[in-house]
Amino acid sequence: MGERQEKKQEKEVSQKIATRDAYGDALLELGKIREDVVVLDADLSGSTKTKKFAKQFPERFFNIGISEQDMIGTASGLSLTGKLPFASTFAVFETGRAWEQIRQTVCYSKLNVKLVATHSGITVGEDGASHQAIEDVALMRVLPNMTVIVPADGYETKQVIYSIADYSGPVYVRLGRSKVPVVMPSNYEFQIGKSYAFHIGSDVNIVAMGIMVSIALDAAKILKENGIDAGVINMSTVKPLDNEMLLEISKKSKLIVTAEEHSIIGGLGSAVCEFLSENNPVRVIRIGIKDNFGCSGSPSELLKLYGLTADNIVKTITELLNK
Amino acid sequence: MEEIKTKPDIKMLKEKARIIRMEILKMLTEAGSGHTGGSLSAADIVAALYFYKMKHKPEDPLWKDRDRFILSKGHAAPVLYAALAIAGYFDRKLLKTLRKIGSPLQGHPCSRKLPGVEISTGSLGQGLSIANGIALGLKISKSPSRVYCLLGDGEIQEGQIWEAAMTASHYNLDNLCAIIDNNGLQIDGRCCDVMCIDPIAKKWEAFGWNVLEINGHDMEAIVDALDRVEIVKGKPSMIVARTIKGKGVSFFEGKVEYHGIAPTNEELENALKELEI
Ligand SMILES: Cc1ncc(C[n+]2csc(CCOP(=O)(O)OP(=O)(O)O)c2C)c(N)n1
Ligand SMILES: [Mg+2]
Repeated sequence: MGERQEKKQEKEVSQKIATRDAYGDALLELGKIREDVVVLDADLSGSTKTKKFAKQFPERFFNIGISEQDMIGTASGLSLTGKLPFASTFAVFETGRAWEQIRQTVCYSKLNVKLVATHSGITVGEDGASHQAIEDVALMRVLPNMTVIVPADGYETKQVIYSIADYSGPVYVRLGRSKVPVVMPSNYEFQIGKSYAFHIGSDVNIVAMGIMVSIALDAAKILKENGIDAGVINMSTVKPLDNEMLLEISKKSKLIVTAEEHSIIGGLGSAVCEFLSENNPVRVIRIGIKDNFGCSGSPSELLKLYGLTADNIVKTITELLNK
Repeated sequence: MEEIKTKPDIKMLKEKARIIRMEILKMLTEAGSGHTGGSLSAADIVAALYFYKMKHKPEDPLWKDRDRFILSKGHAAPVLYAALAIAGYFDRKLLKTLRKIGSPLQGHPCSRKLPGVEISTGSLGQGLSIANGIALGLKISKSPSRVYCLLGDGEIQEGQIWEAAMTASHYNLDNLCAIIDNNGLQIDGRCCDVMCIDPIAKKWEAFGWNVLEINGHDMEAIVDALDRVEIVKGKPSMIVARTIKGKGVSFFEGKVEYHGIAPTNEELENALKELEI
């Protein structure tokens, strides 16, 4: 798997790809090498990109229709027969509509069900608040036995999909609709529970997930030009959190900023605060959606409106450090 | 309050439906995204509701004796917005702001932002329960108002729809009329291929509903059905309206691809030509 990936990766550098597209490709690859992989969708296979797998392996693909609760239950049953189910729909419906099925069946019995949801966050864009999941990480993180992963780019997404196939237990993977730059280096190897430090800063460290990793890297560049040493950590596994890394950066810089395309309540920022307040209390400032619903607009307009831009990260950090 | 039933002006209603379709196409093209097929398939039904059957006051959206309309298939927001604008709830120019930042015309209807929208929808399967609640509330307040709820045929795959189907019939909600926009298509293909919903009418009958099956593009049939269900006592009514997704624009009709994409400028031009005849 490694070699094939690396070759593809070369082509993708400097390219932008949506994490959902990477998922569609990875699922197809996985289907070729593992016969136990089965895929479920809820009438959104074109958007979640599970259609690629469906075309190649129609006998291992189940469209459950517009019934997300039924889809999670069916995936659970399939896992009880030794299959490896991947169940996909939009993040809002996957984690929201089917939350209790995920709690009572998937997590309570620690089933080997992979929940891979697309269209998370406000970069869903014009469809508006009803379709923009900004609380899914919180909803999944709170569940015992659940692993929560938010890849930063297409390259990492592929690795995540291969990696969770080899792990036994419930996993939630949060993917997006819009194209994002490939930011992870070609020698990067994803491991569940292990974060990646692009650089550890002495003035501030930005702990980010998903699309905010690339935005945090842009912010760090600007900060550097302004004489501020800012580190960037891709905390792609939000649960279990990489505590070692958090301890390390909290010793290197007095300020930590978290960045997530998610509510500041219950997501990455909350997780980081929970750990550091008990283990090494340093100041943590959370950048994210501030207890608000999203709205219609283009993804870039919305990122601006909700302060999820490099400029806003720079401004926030500069103000805090100048105080 | 008993109103004097005026004879429906079918010609006027057809004209309203035609204008609704033109507005749907224009606003979607301007927005550059959105749901074309399912907005067009519901245009005749929505025209009959807003310009014939429902008691409502555009100048007083919260008038207490109004009939209520719940667009459970919230992705068809453009058909609702067009009807509301034409009825006079807001300036028609606002339609141009559909899906744009700051607009009250959200991608899916938002009741906090736009007067005339009874409740925010967009996540399928939830509208019928809400309609039941309104119908119950109206009943215990002895209100003469009625509740109309428009569902997608793919939408009825949601389990909550069938929970609501039982509730409506259990509480004898004869002030409720649900309508299924039975265009036979959802996103991933034909409903019968994705997840079979047939036999639709028999299912609702088995759940204790009064069921009518009509051609959802025949204005006389729509108006007649809406009149007939009003006098049925003791049970909720369901109108299964057979429709064509994309109805009114030949090159969108019956095409699953046009579920969730907006017309291009060229498609708009050709579509408007067809509708102008
Ligand atoms: C709970 C939920 N799941 C999935 C979706 C995504 N979605 C939007 S429209 C649609 C298909 C709807 O089909 P149908 O009800 O037949 O509507 P129509 O054909 O009238 O457009 C889907 C799956 C959603 N909005 N809500
Ligand atoms: Mg349909």
